[in-house]
Amino acid sequence: MVAIDRPSVTARPSGLERVPAAYWVVGLLLLVMPAFASGFFLFQIMGWAFVLGLIALSLMFLAGYGGMVSLAQMSFAGLAGYLVAIFGVSGVSAVSQGWPWWVVIPLALAITMLFSTAVGWLAVRTEGIYTIMITLAIAAAFFYFTRQNYDVFNGFSGFNSVLPPQLFGVNWREAVPFYYLSLFWAAVGYFAVLYISRAPFGLALQGVRDNPRRMAALGYNVTAHRVAAYAFAGLIAGVGGILLTWQSQQISPGTVGIQPAIDILVIAVVGGLRHPIGAFIGALIYVLLKTFSTDVLISLGLSGERFQLLVGIGFLVVVFFSPDGFLGMWDKFRESRNRDPLTGTDRRQAP
Amino acid sequence: MRVFATRHPIWTAILAIVAVVLLWAIFAVWPEGLEDVIGRKKIFLNALFNGVTLGGLYFLVASGFTLIFGLMRNVNLAHGSLYLIGGYVGFYTADITGWWLLAFPVAFIIVGLIGVLMQIFVFRRMEGEDLRQTLVTIGISIVLADLMLWSFGGDFYNITPPQWLSGPLDTFFTTGYDRRGELIFLRYPSVRIVIFLAAVVVGLAMWLMLNRTRIGMLVRAGVDDRDMLSATGVRIQLVFACVFAFGAGLAGVAGVVGGTFQSVAPGEDTRFLLASLVVVIVGGMGSIPGAALGALLIGMAEQFGSVYFPTYAVVLTFLIMVVVLAFRPYGLLGRA
Repeated sequence: MVAIDRPSVTARPSGLERVPAAYWVVGLLLLVMPAFASGFFLFQIMGWAFVLGLIALSLMFLAGYGGMVSLAQMSFAGLAGYLVAIFGVSGVSAVSQGWPWWVVIPLALAITMLFSTAVGWLAVRTEGIYTIMITLAIAAAFFYFTRQNYDVFNGFSGFNSVLPPQLFGVNWREAVPFYYLSLFWAAVGYFAVLYISRAPFGLALQGVRDNPRRMAALGYNVTAHRVAAYAFAGLIAGVGGILLTWQSQQISPGTVGIQPAIDILVIAVVGGLRHPIGAFIGALIYVLLKTFSTDVLISLGLSGERFQLLVGIGFLVVVFFSPDGFLGMWDKFRESRNRDPLTGTDRRQAP
Repeated sequence: MRVFATRHPIWTAILAIVAVVLLWAIFAVWPEGLEDVIGRKKIFLNALFNGVTLGGLYFLVASGFTLIFGLMRNVNLAHGSLYLIGGYVGFYTADITGWWLLAFPVAFIIVGLIGVLMQIFVFRRMEGEDLRQTLVTIGISIVLADLMLWSFGGDFYNITPPQWLSGPLDTFFTTGYDRRGELIFLRYPSVRIVIFLAAVVVGLAMWLMLNRTRIGMLVRAGVDDRDMLSATGVRIQLVFACVFAFGAGLAGVAGVVGGTFQSVAPGEDTRFLLASLVVVIVGGMGSIPGAALGALLIGMAEQFGSVYFPTYAVVLTFLIMVVVLAFRPYGLLGRA
């Protein structure tokens, strides 16, 4: 960072040299993790964190770059999962069509994008707080609809035994293959969001977030940019939803309920809405909490069922003291470390 | 109304026709052919009454929500939790003292106090930060929901109304002729009717208070321009705290009503939060008449939906919301 901020004498480094050191470390660590981590850790912790992170990433993209906090992201993810179960193979043979995966997955993602575009078109007619309420109402409607509809969504029980295709002869639900699968899509989503945030579309979207009237005066179509953002976010959430369905082998109304929808918001906010990495940090924290809090609570003499209380209090503390989540805390920490305790000036700027 | 009629003659005509058809359907004895097509009149009347009374309950919950939003621009997503607390408080009050009527003031006061605490410790500290307020109230609702599950368990609690309200009441709505050719009249649970009338009284009282009293004047002035009002020397924070207490207290009272109508159980908080969200989205944010209209519409839609097309009842509610949003983004009676 320092080298980029100062005008450098040497020529701008190109290619691989420009990749920050932290990326190398994290990337290598993630790639070699299967060598020393257990299957449970890879599948239940890391895999789940990547998948939830992807869904939270779609919310982060909308909220961070578009200024639209949508609680319907879990519904998009759930719809994609449902469509994979409906068009593909599942334990409910009466409903599932059993089409091949190369038809099912693109179709599921396309329909999910259509749905998210429609929701976006509806939600962008309002702003700020209204968006939250409307998307929450949509998420609730989707949840009740899937629970009441037996013809297509198979009602309360949903679909079980939804398995990933046996591509290249690999069982993608085993720990290591699923780890790499989810890691791959998480990385794709992460870099796609990062790329779009610097591409003309992303910059225009951030402009729309900061001052819609000025952007409209400059000739940008504000509504179209926002709806397009919803469509893209729907795609990311759809990929996450398909992976989530494969990981848990099932999809049911419980997956797309109000609680999971709010959990996604909690994940994105706790991680931090300013940078795509926040979604994955939040997801990792959430998954670790969810997996191990029962043991911690029992060791503290409380009932293990009080997990939601722990999550709620943690969320409250984070929102109360650091609106930017963990990324905000990290920035504050770095700033305070760089500040000279005597003069209060930035150490890096000091001669 | 006259302005509306001159501006939108076609809409007025459509509304008048709908009203006439509805009145006919309610009061006339249905001919045989109609009963063959859409079922017996008794079912229709029951759905209508259930819808109207459910609308009354929704109005009690949503009016507090919309009042708080209209004055302070605070979105209190813990409103459903306040409702549920009111239900539990009402249940224990009625259970211990044996007085059903006592449950209402107790729930109003306790939940109102909780509302004041929330206003002082949460909303006052983050004025103008919409998103943060929303997130904090979501956090509060998660914590409250789990605390209530912890202390009251997952059981269904039912608040029993007193003896003098428990039986059915003969109404003057006919449902048809019996075998001897005499008119049959609809019998309907009297507690529901009484509670609906109470909701109407509360709504009228709120409207009168907002439009005819000094406090109402302060609140309306605050809705229009908060800064100007405080510049004239009004202690705006006190007004805020009072209105918040009143809105929260209404949610508590609604909890008692809901516990008598249906039951008090975990999960009801999100259900009623969502119901009040949809009601205020349809009716218009911050508008009390809008909340009444929206509550009536949503209550009817839910009941008629569950009677005439059971699997798609939710979709009907949702469809109303979509149509309203598509044509009037700020709700039926809302202002931009």
